Amino acid sequence: MASRLIRRKTLDSLGLFFVAFVMVSPVILFFLWMISLSLKYEIDNGAYPPILIPENFAWSNYLKVFEENNFLLYFWNSILVTGTATLLALVIGVPAGYGIARLKAEKSAVIIMIARMTPGLSFLIPLFLVFQWLSLIGTLWPQIIIHLVVTVPIVVWIMIGYFETTPIELEEAASIDGATPWQVFRLVALPIAKPGIVVSFILALIFSWNNFVFGIVLANRETRTLPVAVYNMLSFEQVSWGPLAAAALIVTLPVLLLTMFAQRQIVAGLTAGAVKGG
Amino acid sequence: MASVSIDNPMTDAEQIGSKPPRLVPNYWPFVLPALLVVSAVIVFPWLFTLWMSLNSWTLGQPRTFIGFANYVRLVQDMRFWESLWHTTTYTALSVVLPLFFGTLAALVFDAKFPFRGFLRGVFVMPMMATPVAVALVWTMMFHPQLGVLNYLLSLVGIGPQEWIYNQSAVIPSLVIVETWQWTPLVMLIVLGGLAAVPREPYESAEIDGANAWQKFRYLTMPMIAPFLMIAVIIRSIDAIKSFDIIYAMTQGGPGTASETINIYLYNTAFAYYDIGYGSAMAVVFFLIIIALSFVLLMVRQRANWSDMEDR
Repeated sequence: MASRLIRRKTLDSLGLFFVAFVMVSPVILFFLWMISLSLKYEIDNGAYPPILIPENFAWSNYLKVFEENNFLLYFWNSILVTGTATLLALVIGVPAGYGIARLKAEKSAVIIMIARMTPGLSFLIPLFLVFQWLSLIGTLWPQIIIHLVVTVPIVVWIMIGYFETTPIELEEAASIDGATPWQVFRLVALPIAKPGIVVSFILALIFSWNNFVFGIVLANRETRTLPVAVYNMLSFEQVSWGPLAAAALIVTLPVLLLTMFAQRQIVAGLTAGAVKGG
Repeated sequence: MASVSIDNPMTDAEQIGSKPPRLVPNYWPFVLPALLVVSAVIVFPWLFTLWMSLNSWTLGQPRTFIGFANYVRLVQDMRFWESLWHTTTYTALSVVLPLFFGTLAALVFDAKFPFRGFLRGVFVMPMMATPVAVALVWTMMFHPQLGVLNYLLSLVGIGPQEWIYNQSAVIPSLVIVETWQWTPLVMLIVLGGLAAVPREPYESAEIDGANAWQKFRYLTMPMIAPFLMIAVIIRSIDAIKSFDIIYAMTQGGPGTASETINIYLYNTAFAYYDIGYGSAMAVVFFLIIIALSFVLLMVRQRANWSDMEDR
């Protein structure tokens, strides 16, 4: 009786594994094909029927991306824009999330919701003009500043949710002992909130890194970030598929690695953020 | 907004006077920097856009105040109505399909099986991947002659398709990409809902002889319905604004067959530099999004969840 039950359970879980595998297969096939495209010479990419694993790997595609397209510069631009915008967002957004959570001023969170609902392009028209007047176009600053539209709401949103769950009793005890609000925040609230900060950091990083629409308007040849650089390869500068796919993989690889390593935090953050978002 | 600018009326001195042991710290200084940034990069652009929408201004030419003429022009603009229709079909499909597949995936990932964590991690990857990179690879896969998708179709005996290169196939093709990328988000939201579902009702339902479908229909469905609604709201807002995938793959083409409002807005403001008209379009687009969210929130509050069956 018991053994039959166990056998049935194993069968069930194997069946579920199979179903899950089928569901995940479009993802696996897509990324496998992406890797395959990036490692094939022109002749193999044009072959019919298509070849998944070529006889000769075209590692040179990756070299070409960096040699012919200034990708090192664009990689560095991406790191600067995303890094600065994310760090600034943490500096501004973590205290704000704390303040809003403690003030129980959920209504001010509506602004953040509206920021999420606003199409990015409508920020771009006025800010584009302002940056022109300030003659900042041609530097990375316009992109850093406008990426705050992406990163600040993410950080504030997640931190409000996180600080709402951390206990207030310790903070009260500290302020009775004479600590200033800033000391309470820095020495009591902040250390407990580390996991929340990590989650908001990762998510802000990813969505800033992936952003395309801001760069396409504000960046020029020297200030492009990676997504814009890849788009430009697609539309103007490259026609052969191997280097194109290699470039696409280079852009998205850091994000995919981060997703793999920080899967649990990302899932937690997205679930919390999304569910609160309704 | 108004509530934000009001400062804490109770100063520390007053509090010490009235109820000595409890100090309520002033939290506004924590919020202030974010408030300044938000006003600079979010509120200011809004006011500016509103003002610009009342002006006729193409970059490099003099600006003139024209009142609501841009809005009148918008109402008469066939290209705008067309883009509204494209946006509607694109959004509807990009909500329904991820909702269906995402719910299915959540039901599977809610159960226990080997490698569940790993597979879930892989499943989440599309929504984290850079949209432009994703769009680029899909463009290659959609290629009518060399694309792998037409080869796969030929294996099951279906003739070659033109995908994004065909006027009537382009939106469904783009929706495939959108669905591929955003089904994981629906899955995560619904999974969050399933985690909160209690075990007991299922046990008594089993005793009463309910089959799997009945259990899903009468127990799971009503309990996760609020989460499905959240998924619908978030997906609608994201899909209606979708830009990266459409722009990178088709720029609104062929012709204007996949030009959504967002793409038309981009072209108006940044290809034709018609700032005034583009601003009016941005305002109307935002109002459409607000209206949509409002309707969805109303539905969410009023819905009789037992009507969800037909979805």
